[in-house]
Amino acid sequence: MAERAKTPTLEQYEAMVTIRAFETEAERQYKAAKIGGYCHLSSGQEATTVGTMAAMTPSDLLVTGYRCHGFALARGVPASEAMAELFGRRSGCAGGRGGSMHLLDPERGFYGGWGIVAGQLPVATGLALALTRRGREDAVLCELGDGAVNMGAWHESLNLAALWELPIVYLVVNNVYGMGTSVSRASAEPDLFKRAASYRMASERVDGDDIEAVFDATDRLLGAAREQRKPAVLEAMTYRYRGHSVADAGTAYRTKDEIAERRGRDPITRVRATLAERGAEEAELEGAEQRARDTVAAAVEFADADAEPALDRLAAGMYAPTSDLQFARMKPGSPYGEDELVYAAGLGA
Amino acid sequence: MNAGPSPVATEAPRTEEPDPAVAETVRLSYREALRMAMREELGRDERVFLMGEEVGVFNGSYKVSDGLLDEFGPDRIRDTPISEEGFVGAAVGAALLGERPIVEIMTLNFLLVAMDQVVNHAAKVGAMFGGKVRCPLVIRTPNGAGNQLTAQHSQSFDGWFAGTPGLKVVAPATPADAKGLLKAAIRDDDPVLLIENLSAYKEKGEVPTDPEYLVPLGLAAVAREGTDISLISHGFASVRALETAERLAAEGVSAEVVDLRSLRPLDVETVAASVRKTNHALLIEEGWPSFGVTAELAARIQHVCFDYLDAPIERVGMAEVPLPYAKNLENAALPNVDRILGAARSVLAGSRR
Ligand SMILES: Cc1ncc(C[n+]2csc(CCOP(=O)(O)OP(=O)(O)O)c2C)c(N)n1
Ligand SMILES: [Mg+2]
Repeated sequence: MAERAKTPTLEQYEAMVTIRAFETEAERQYKAAKIGGYCHLSSGQEATTVGTMAAMTPSDLLVTGYRCHGFALARGVPASEAMAELFGRRSGCAGGRGGSMHLLDPERGFYGGWGIVAGQLPVATGLALALTRRGREDAVLCELGDGAVNMGAWHESLNLAALWELPIVYLVVNNVYGMGTSVSRASAEPDLFKRAASYRMASERVDGDDIEAVFDATDRLLGAAREQRKPAVLEAMTYRYRGHSVADAGTAYRTKDEIAERRGRDPITRVRATLAERGAEEAELEGAEQRARDTVAAAVEFADADAEPALDRLAAGMYAPTSDLQFARMKPGSPYGEDELVYAAGLGA
Repeated sequence: MNAGPSPVATEAPRTEEPDPAVAETVRLSYREALRMAMREELGRDERVFLMGEEVGVFNGSYKVSDGLLDEFGPDRIRDTPISEEGFVGAAVGAALLGERPIVEIMTLNFLLVAMDQVVNHAAKVGAMFGGKVRCPLVIRTPNGAGNQLTAQHSQSFDGWFAGTPGLKVVAPATPADAKGLLKAAIRDDDPVLLIENLSAYKEKGEVPTDPEYLVPLGLAAVAREGTDISLISHGFASVRALETAERLAAEGVSAEVVDLRSLRPLDVETVAASVRKTNHALLIEEGWPSFGVTAELAARIQHVCFDYLDAPIERVGMAEVPLPYAKNLENAALPNVDRILGAARSVLAGSRR
């Protein structure tokens, strides 16, 4: 493992502040109707996001659920491309076709942004299988929420990963709630990490708001996955400040006091204090904060100026580029409009 | 408690609807009408209970069950973890013993993870076990697209389920039908999938207050009478069809709108009567037309109305792509009124575009 600077670094601080600023801006733009659909924010979860991403190598792979803005940014997706995706513009990381829930960047090993709870788990497990078949010494980090552990796909994936000794770490982001349902109301075993024991899989729980603890645990578990093909579950205890999505006020199922109490021990404030304690100058910290604001402002400007996807590209990417000929004979008698809407500019990339 | 099969379920379908003109009505949204139906049936029959994600404490993801937890308590209004396969299957089991579960699935998209319980279990109970047990289960869930929810959250699989023998599938388009069909579904002795629609929840209409107001399964409604062309649809597509008919009227075209209400059983008679009258058929659905509801309808219509058709049957549905996020692409892909209008004109012109 390459030597790394001691966590937290100033760069990690900047990444956390950038994510917070990005989410705050996304909510604002949503309310200004620049962003539509579902928009799930991760404000409050930055230490988990940045801490885990800091432990990944460039050739490791990442898979997440729909609460993916922070992971995308921390993995290196430019804020402009992420914001353009939220705006539904053509330079978005998914060409404006995926939106908030479906960010991705295969070149950075980020295989999506998936919207069906736990649906990404078997997929991530398969990526890990492919890594072993290719003889690669990399690992997969698969993010999921506390609500996803009650799906069958979780159990099936864990069993497969343990049975086949796959290099994968399942990161359970326990932010206390799955929509309006708390973990204690949803899980017969509320210590979620313990469920891995059923598959004799290593597992542990960390304070997800402590970036050092998150980094250390992820680093260790990813290391074991890469080098010894030992899969693991890591449960990071954190909290989402905002509602489930921008449409949810987030106050019907929890108290204002609870939210205020969690905000009172904010992970970003904690990192700032640690850095200051270790000798960071105030000017350095403020510089990072200013850069974060600038990055997000530039991202909005970029997204706003970017064009919508071309209308005749409605079906672009649906099939491999070689498929147009196969479908040519399906056009006659297609339902009204299909010829213009779907077949016009081709089905391929 | 277990009061045996309800009388209505064994009655032959009435051929005439309760007349809303004489019934006392109240103006409600579609979601309120569904709530009224559940509240009445929960009050009427101890065997009825509701379960699903966020139906209780959160008062429903789309607020359909708002207030029911307070009124009926957590045993009858049961919050579930995110475990669709588990709790849909549990509802099948409970139904086998004579309970009357209503399962709310947040959206139709998430029913796919419980597909095996619906298709391989619920739908099979009656026939596979020689009619010795029944499965009186209701699954309620909205389909639909139009809010930039993207590919995994914007789908309408109505035809898949309606193509499954052993299931019944209904899809109300109006608040009155939402109440009447849901009540009939709850009292029915077979598994019924009731497909709601995200955009329809806020639509308002007159709803009979009569607690015995039932809309029989298997009966279409002529939602608007006309003579020149039949627009045939179900669910939210019927709302679009009515709007299209209004626009066509302005062009001097008299369109009849047949709202199917029920997909399985399908009221082929009402459809045929309309097409024999207008000699032109345009079929509309929210989902993908290929291998879908409109495909089935077209096959039935050509069979029973072959000599009556003056033009090829046309269909409008969602463009056959996983729905993209960008607003302009989404708009282009939806079966909106402009696309329906264009198709209607082309049917009337008697030739395919
Ligand atoms: C199979 C399935 N059922 C329901 C939903 C609707 N849904 C979206 S997110 C969510 C809550 C998930 O909570 P959790 O796993 O804790 O993740 P978090 O949102 O807290 O990040 C639900 C029920 C879905 N997307 N997929
Ligand atoms: Mg959660």
